[in-house]
Amino acid sequence: MEEPPQTTPPDQHRLREIELDVRTQDVEINMGPQHPATHGVLRVLLRADGEILVGAESHLGYLHRCAEKIGENVDYIQYMPYTDRYDYLSSMNNNLSYSLAVEKLLGVEVPKRGQYLRTILAELNRIASHLVAVGTYGIDIGAFTPFFYALREREFLLDLFEKICGARLTYSYIRPGGVMNDAPAGWLNKVAEFCDIFDQKWPEYWNLLVQNKIFIERTANVGVMPAQTAIDWGCTGPMLRGSGVDWDLRRDQPYLVYDQLDFKVIVGEGYRGTLGDCFDRNFVRMYEMLESIKMVRQCLAAIEEGEVSHPDVSLTIRPAPGEAYVGIENPRGELGHYVVSDGTKIAKRMRCRAPSFVNLSVVEHTLPGCMLADAAAIIGATDIVIGETDR
Amino acid sequence: MKPLTIIASALPEAPVSEAAAPQGNGLTEMLAGWLPESVPFWGLTLMASGLAFGVIMAFVSVVAMFSTWLERKVAGHIQIRLGPMRVGGWHGWAQAIADGVKLLIKEDIILASADRPLFKLAPALVLGTAISTFVVLPFAPGVMIADVHLGIFFVIAISSVTTIGVIMAGWGSNNKWSVYGAMREAAQVASYEIPLGLSLMPPVIYYGSFSLLEATQAQSGWFGMHWYILDPSVMLVSVPSFVLFFVATLAETKRAPFDLPESESELVAGFHTEYSGIRFSFFFMEEYAAMFVMSAIATVLWFGGWNFLGLAALEGIPVLYTTACMLVFIVKSMLLVFVMMWVRWTLPRLRIDQVMILGYKYLTPLCLIVVFAASLLEYLRFVLSN
Repeated sequence: MEEPPQTTPPDQHRLREIELDVRTQDVEINMGPQHPATHGVLRVLLRADGEILVGAESHLGYLHRCAEKIGENVDYIQYMPYTDRYDYLSSMNNNLSYSLAVEKLLGVEVPKRGQYLRTILAELNRIASHLVAVGTYGIDIGAFTPFFYALREREFLLDLFEKICGARLTYSYIRPGGVMNDAPAGWLNKVAEFCDIFDQKWPEYWNLLVQNKIFIERTANVGVMPAQTAIDWGCTGPMLRGSGVDWDLRRDQPYLVYDQLDFKVIVGEGYRGTLGDCFDRNFVRMYEMLESIKMVRQCLAAIEEGEVSHPDVSLTIRPAPGEAYVGIENPRGELGHYVVSDGTKIAKRMRCRAPSFVNLSVVEHTLPGCMLADAAAIIGATDIVIGETDR
Repeated sequence: MKPLTIIASALPEAPVSEAAAPQGNGLTEMLAGWLPESVPFWGLTLMASGLAFGVIMAFVSVVAMFSTWLERKVAGHIQIRLGPMRVGGWHGWAQAIADGVKLLIKEDIILASADRPLFKLAPALVLGTAISTFVVLPFAPGVMIADVHLGIFFVIAISSVTTIGVIMAGWGSNNKWSVYGAMREAAQVASYEIPLGLSLMPPVIYYGSFSLLEATQAQSGWFGMHWYILDPSVMLVSVPSFVLFFVATLAETKRAPFDLPESESELVAGFHTEYSGIRFSFFFMEEYAAMFVMSAIATVLWFGGWNFLGLAALEGIPVLYTTACMLVFIVKSMLLVFVMMWVRWTLPRLRIDQVMILGYKYLTPLCLIVVFAASLLEYLRFVLSN
């Protein structure tokens, strides 16, 4: 017998003897960094006994771009585009978190119309992000078609974003002090139109994918994470709410105009299996989209004419020495920016709390005991974006 | 088993029943008529085999190409896209040809660490078995390479050999994902052979024969609509047995929701991860050929083979009749292939343990029940008719 490879400590390396003195050895197999189920360049080193996983270890850093360090070398405004590129599916929310942190340092408040526009865009962006999450989750499970249905609605949203800021993926629209510009004429009507369309289309995903018997079989009771585990590992967003913990920063630490909106925090119910399984995480995302539509409608009803940006915030921002942390509810969980200023135009410390990174840390503890195919289901339900885990 | 009978398509009046079948080989005799006397018999046999192989190979290629194009169009339209639209003009009809040419001229990569003999042999074995199943398909009266008495048995037996090719490919690739794919294929096909074989028994009991030709001929009544699945006296077993057969077929041909051996979101591409170029296309062709063969079997046993309403009226015009019968047969089979594609682009994929549970806990017992019911029904029919 050859010596086992030294990639993992010897005590983790399991050798078993079964009948007829056949010694079996676990398979060590790399899932990623180039693998369709890892949603990017994540590498999960799996240890499997046939189809059953006995160990997992995630390796990160394939997409590390030193975003935080760059944040300590460029102006506050110059750092804006880098925030777009953490979680490229929810750039509006990334911009928002950063802008709120800088605004807290500056001590300015954005005019009402700017706040409503920000809320509308953050929620639309949440829908766009969840559409990708739900659609790609279908692909992870083996259903390719719902993804295209999801992209159809996402396309509408991206067109809306393009109309308001010119970009379809990396918006840099929400900026310290407000937003880039006011919404063009007729844009808000288009948003209302989208809300109506989306209400009609949502049952399609629900019936085609989520209510599918095979989908339920594949996700219910898979990757169960009890509430305490989710809290212990610092999970946030749908990962946490999927486990039944009622915690949403939009309601519990309100920012923008969320305290004036009437919405429900969607919490997993163990609707088809155990509370905290992959189905529940997907369930939370599905219903959060509907809640977002509700919020957008309320914002559309309440929005008034007026300024969109604070007039005092110029391109060169020099906050007084101090520090600020603002966490917001990103589509994937709490995205926080911790900014320390020493009074110059460049931040002394820039730190980003990325939800994907924190949520991913629990995955390797959920995987052992599952089957190989469940690895795709669990990683998919975590809904990580590698741009954000590695930054 | 009686000797292989090759009946030339040019002889629509050729006797097809067992008693009157020519002793030698239809194709061989035809060649003997054309060629000088000096050509020895073994030469004729060799030529006839070559001709038959050429015809099947050409047919399989066309079926695979058409199915590829169809699959992409079906997938496209299900996914609110258009699918291929450019190559060749009308709805991208030449896309499959372009793809084939591309695969032919691509570099054929064999890994340095691969087990070269296995790696090279596997695609040939897989495609070869798929092609040989075409031998027994009765396309039209007189258009059939060989009327094997145990035709159904032949198809099941030969198509299982594909598994060995897949395991060779998975092992020879020296890639763990490929091995996973191969092992899944082995487990899955071995388990689904049972329901597949059992679900074929009700029609066999009904026809009292394993021959595909006899099954087709038995369904020619009612102006060509006396199909097994439409016969009200046996509908109680014919419909369930077809459903069971269809599910088992999906597993046997590695189609979704049973495409675990090549599940791309889990195993990258399964057993053919390391293949490229023409070797990869062999696996591809095998998949579509197998789909067509299985659909053709279903067509023969449940949907009346080449029989269709009023088709017998054309019997006086031999060439037209043969062509029409072939067309009916191929269209029926392609419709079933279309259903397989429809299923693939709609359903998610099962997990390996769920596949096994479905196979052993549900399909196999249900098949046994259906076979029992079919036997009982046949006995009752026998008693009542006497």
